[in-house]
Amino acid sequence: MTLPMGRAMRDVFGQTVTELAGLDPRIVMLDADTASSTKADIFAKAYPDRFLEMGLAEQNMLGVAAGLATTGFVPFVSTFVAFVVVRPLDQIRVLIAQTGLNVKICGGYAGLFTGVAGKTHLIVDDLPIMRAMPGMVTVAPGDDVEAEQVLRWAASYKGPVYIRLVRDATQRLFDETYVFAPGRAVVVRDGGDVTLVSTGTQTPRVVDAADLLAARGIAAHVLHVPTLKPLDVPAIVAAADRTRMVVTVEEGTVIGGLGGAVSETLSEHRPTLVKRIGLQDVYGESASNSELLELYGLSAARVADQVQALLEARTTPGHASHAIPLP
Amino acid sequence: MAATVDVADLACLEDAARRIRVGVIRGVNQAKAGHLGGPLSAADILAALYFQVMRIRPDEPDWPDRDRFVLSKGHSSIGLYAALALRGYFPVEELLTFDSLGSRLQGHPDMTRLPGLDMSTGSLGMGISAGIGIALGCRLAGRDARTFVMLGDGECQEGEVWEAAFLASRYGLDKLIVIVDYNKLQQYGWPGEEPDDRLPPAWPGELAAKWSAFGWRVLEVDGHDMAAVVRVLEQATAGDGRPVAIIADTIKGRGVSFMEGRYYWHTRTLTADEFATAMAELGEPVTNPAGGAA
Repeated sequence: MTLPMGRAMRDVFGQTVTELAGLDPRIVMLDADTASSTKADIFAKAYPDRFLEMGLAEQNMLGVAAGLATTGFVPFVSTFVAFVVVRPLDQIRVLIAQTGLNVKICGGYAGLFTGVAGKTHLIVDDLPIMRAMPGMVTVAPGDDVEAEQVLRWAASYKGPVYIRLVRDATQRLFDETYVFAPGRAVVVRDGGDVTLVSTGTQTPRVVDAADLLAARGIAAHVLHVPTLKPLDVPAIVAAADRTRMVVTVEEGTVIGGLGGAVSETLSEHRPTLVKRIGLQDVYGESASNSELLELYGLSAARVADQVQALLEARTTPGHASHAIPLP
Repeated sequence: MAATVDVADLACLEDAARRIRVGVIRGVNQAKAGHLGGPLSAADILAALYFQVMRIRPDEPDWPDRDRFVLSKGHSSIGLYAALALRGYFPVEELLTFDSLGSRLQGHPDMTRLPGLDMSTGSLGMGISAGIGIALGCRLAGRDARTFVMLGDGECQEGEVWEAAFLASRYGLDKLIVIVDYNKLQQYGWPGEEPDDRLPPAWPGELAAKWSAFGWRVLEVDGHDMAAVVRVLEQATAGDGRPVAIIADTIKGRGVSFMEGRYYWHTRTLTADEFATAMAELGEPVTNPAGGAA
């Protein structure tokens, strides 16, 4: 059994921010010539006066957003992650993070799903970069329901936020009763054999992996961490306490992102064996979404197989290196 | 056209510029760190802006309808701090805390610490982008405020400046006024004929041609002729649908003879003798520790 499909997150982005703009005249949208891809064009049609086309000049765009914020507007800055995070990084650091100005940085085409664009557009390290930046709230919603709530929350929060948004339709993780709480992780499956920690739209695939593991007699505990910063340390420690092994799974590099954050947290608060599934210090490439998920071991089946193998290795005599280091 | 300045006011503005220079020398001398050449070249323009042209309320720094100033060449912070202090934003004595632990007067301007700063800057090329955002915001909100941005001539080598130049022109931001402090030296630059010579960051006429090519209304001025500076700033605020670039012809280190035109005074600490000479040239008794507020 697999989770059903939800709406494409980019459609949710365009529709939700447009709806918010109807309620809050301070909201403006800044675009770097990708509105037809990110669906910021929905906003452009509804509120042409508050849609500010910045052209192909992303460093300037982030600076313009900072200036607008000082005059009381709430800029949502939108283009692909490659161009809204990595290219204008110093502008984000100096003008937005250091100032704490009220700018919402919306990174479209996040993760592996870049419409076969390949290595330049497939950013593997946005979460490590943004969560390392002092003052930057970093959120990776798990599905369309959560993305909509994250956008609504971000509009109400005063300060810089990075929101990681996926291009294509992804699986539906939550029903309409779900309530996103910033800085809080969510247990989405209960189990006692192994703890799986995931973020963003990888989580639905991890839930599917948990179902596959259940069929093999393995009860996985699944913790979804939408907010990379501030991190829900108590929830991560509690999830680690449930089982004797933690596996992080993320659609990005394992260095410094969710895997890094969980490892940092547990080595400080509750030393626990942590295994990190994700991109192993490599860049992406052009291929279909499903091919990329297979290649990097992030499909539900590949996650389940890796987790099962890790558990078997841990319980097999002669694999002492997997013994849990006790404090 | 706005009224020109009368003789008495002109003398006051010139003295304000002199006192800004004194504050610069005192602040940097006290910190034993900081920039000298750039703040000194900018001092007359800062005096004209803060003491004559800008519509501001020092006792209400966040007044929504105020004119804004962004020091894109953020390394000249001490010059801006001196102008703000002399204008009444904070006590002049505080200039002596420049660069020290816990000070509101950071090496580069930090808007989260010091009231009166309209933007944090320090990484070159960014202030003009923020200035565009401020000008767009004021326009969207229906405010009549003008936004002044000071760039360095070396700073115009940053690509972001030209991203910004394109965009401001595209939006017709005629309440955005960029002043390029064309002091013809940058920190290190390229060697000239003599060992201590340096090539200018831009050739004569080059900056005017570039800003003009980007669709800006370009004005040129002697950046040390106070009457001319005030006049050009007032001309600049009479918008014609284009953003305005004022190329201000200045001398790096202006006001201290041994610093003028010397690239190595971009940043340098002063010896006691140099400090005394500089103070004497600026007509300031060295017994006054507060930087000449009197």
